[in-house]
Amino acid sequence: MNPVARTVLQRLGLGLVTLFIVSIIIFSAIAMLPGDFAKAMLGQSATPETVAAFQREIGIDRPPVERYFVWVGQMLHGDFGSSFASRTGYRRTVAEIIAPRLYNTMFLASMTALIAVPLALGLGILAALYRNGWFDRLVNAVTLTTISFPEFFVAYMLAYLVISRDTFIGSEFAQSLPHWLAVSLNWILNAVPKFPTLSNVNDQTPFWDHVWRVALPAITLTLVIVAHMMRMTRAAIINMLASPYIDMARLKGMSPMAIVLRHALPNAWAPIVTVVAFNLAYLVVGVVVVEVVFVYPGIGQLMVDAVKSRDVPVVQACALIFAATYILLNLTADIISIATNPRLLHPR
Amino acid sequence: MTSYEPIAQIHRLRRSRATRAKTALKKAPFSAWFGILVIIGYVIVAVFAHWIAPYGETQVFSEAFAPWSQQFKLGTDQLGRDMLTRLIYGARNTIGIAVATTLLSFAVGVSLGLLAALYRGWLDQILSRAVDVLMSIPSLIFALVLLSIFGSSITSLIIIIALLDSTRVFRLARAVGLNVAVMEYVEVARLRGEGPKWIIAKEILPNVMPPLVAEFGLRFCFVFLTIAALSFLGVGIQPPTADWGSMVRENATLITYGDVTPLLPAGAIALLTVSVNFVVDWFLHATSGLRDEK
Repeated sequence: MNPVARTVLQRLGLGLVTLFIVSIIIFSAIAMLPGDFAKAMLGQSATPETVAAFQREIGIDRPPVERYFVWVGQMLHGDFGSSFASRTGYRRTVAEIIAPRLYNTMFLASMTALIAVPLALGLGILAALYRNGWFDRLVNAVTLTTISFPEFFVAYMLAYLVISRDTFIGSEFAQSLPHWLAVSLNWILNAVPKFPTLSNVNDQTPFWDHVWRVALPAITLTLVIVAHMMRMTRAAIINMLASPYIDMARLKGMSPMAIVLRHALPNAWAPIVTVVAFNLAYLVVGVVVVEVVFVYPGIGQLMVDAVKSRDVPVVQACALIFAATYILLNLTADIISIATNPRLLHPR
Repeated sequence: MTSYEPIAQIHRLRRSRATRAKTALKKAPFSAWFGILVIIGYVIVAVFAHWIAPYGETQVFSEAFAPWSQQFKLGTDQLGRDMLTRLIYGARNTIGIAVATTLLSFAVGVSLGLLAALYRGWLDQILSRAVDVLMSIPSLIFALVLLSIFGSSITSLIIIIALLDSTRVFRLARAVGLNVAVMEYVEVARLRGEGPKWIIAKEILPNVMPPLVAEFGLRFCFVFLTIAALSFLGVGIQPPTADWGSMVRENATLITYGDVTPLLPAGAIALLTVSVNFVVDWFLHATSGLRDEK
């Protein structure tokens, strides 16, 4: 069998096994709940009958192994169970709560990826080309700074920037500055587009309006993930530039840009793709915080709310979706880095 | 790494550790100096919080969301507690909890990682596969699930984050340990009949210190940011303990009125992580002899 196909198949199998184990871990979450959980959910006045009925409804009265397979079976059919928030006669299924929010989160994540990945690759290649020059140093300093900021700091900074567009000129700080400075600062601030600082969308929001409303969260996430990807691209390319075949290409008289694009980049794909996928997977975590900051109705915000109200079926479903996305992205990264490795394409 | 490194070290060996550190510091770039000074400043504020802070940690005044004034240098928060005081106590609580978590995660991660590197075989297999599985769930999400079950007390927060984070430490410790564990001097120590404790402490650990120290800085940043994020989401450190993450959350509404106060705790978090990163960057550069980072 072709070595590439074999490694890819092995990796796929491993991914499935991981997903299986992860689903067991997340499932056991409900089994680890304290025993009086049903009572805590139903309140003080619950009679033993209602407690028993509730336990039957969430299935705690059956053995764990059976429950696990029922749970997975339903999940594969798209049935994620019903939320603890549902009451008699008014069933709220987890699927119907999650579906619109999942779309919103995917929308935000793909928009971020579309901006961040090309930006990071471009900046990384340029920084590697002009390494140790002023451009490289500037980009390095800026990215090292943004990488160490908490997401909510970046988010609120951006929100503050947009808000101070209107409030700056009237603030005490502006009045304590020399007049010309205040005016020119205000002029710069006015160049900032008036992005909405609350990303309230619903399913009737038209596409471009949706894009406009998630602009700030998308920019925040971009700033957070670009740094890592760009630094890795730069390091991978510079690492390649030290190889003898690059010297050869240089001696042939190729231009630096052509060397980077034709000789260095193809061999650097593996680490770059890995770090890109890793950062896209990181988006999964980043969206949680950013969605809360901008009150964006996504799955991250839903999960935080569910954790607070201890709505375990919702927490489980969200965690499973996040974990599956994460595993899938890392799997893709591995497969791409295997498939693009020139050394594996020509078996001895 | 490269074959000529021993020659370069001959010069260094003649000097004592202190002088070496001094010369290295003299050559340190501005960013590293800045980072070191900021970290020292934070530590002083954290340790002496009780004496520096103008008011008590949970002392409540009548006016909520008061503006900056002589009495309240940075105003008051949503319950009327002095912001400056909360910021100073926040340094103690937030940094203290993060340091405790990182130490715990290193104690677990390094010892297991080096053991796995030393013994290989089934121990290594079991630990590595377990770590693979744990790492395949994003740690913030995993932490959220665990916190929803065990509730958010400071102890459970420290243990949960430390265990989740020790997987990363394990991987690094195992990887660097594997390179050292196959060296002749480890083999000699084994043949001499030394026990695993001695081999790890005297033969392997000194030789893997630089990457581990650098990793300690990075892991600290990561843990610090995770705890801040969890507190910001309202499931981490619980009130009335002063903590930077929850302070941002509680006062976030002020931003809509163009007030910078809620940005201060977030800025404090950012400044500390940037400083630690600067120092780690310089440290990696100085100890690895590489011209390009990482």
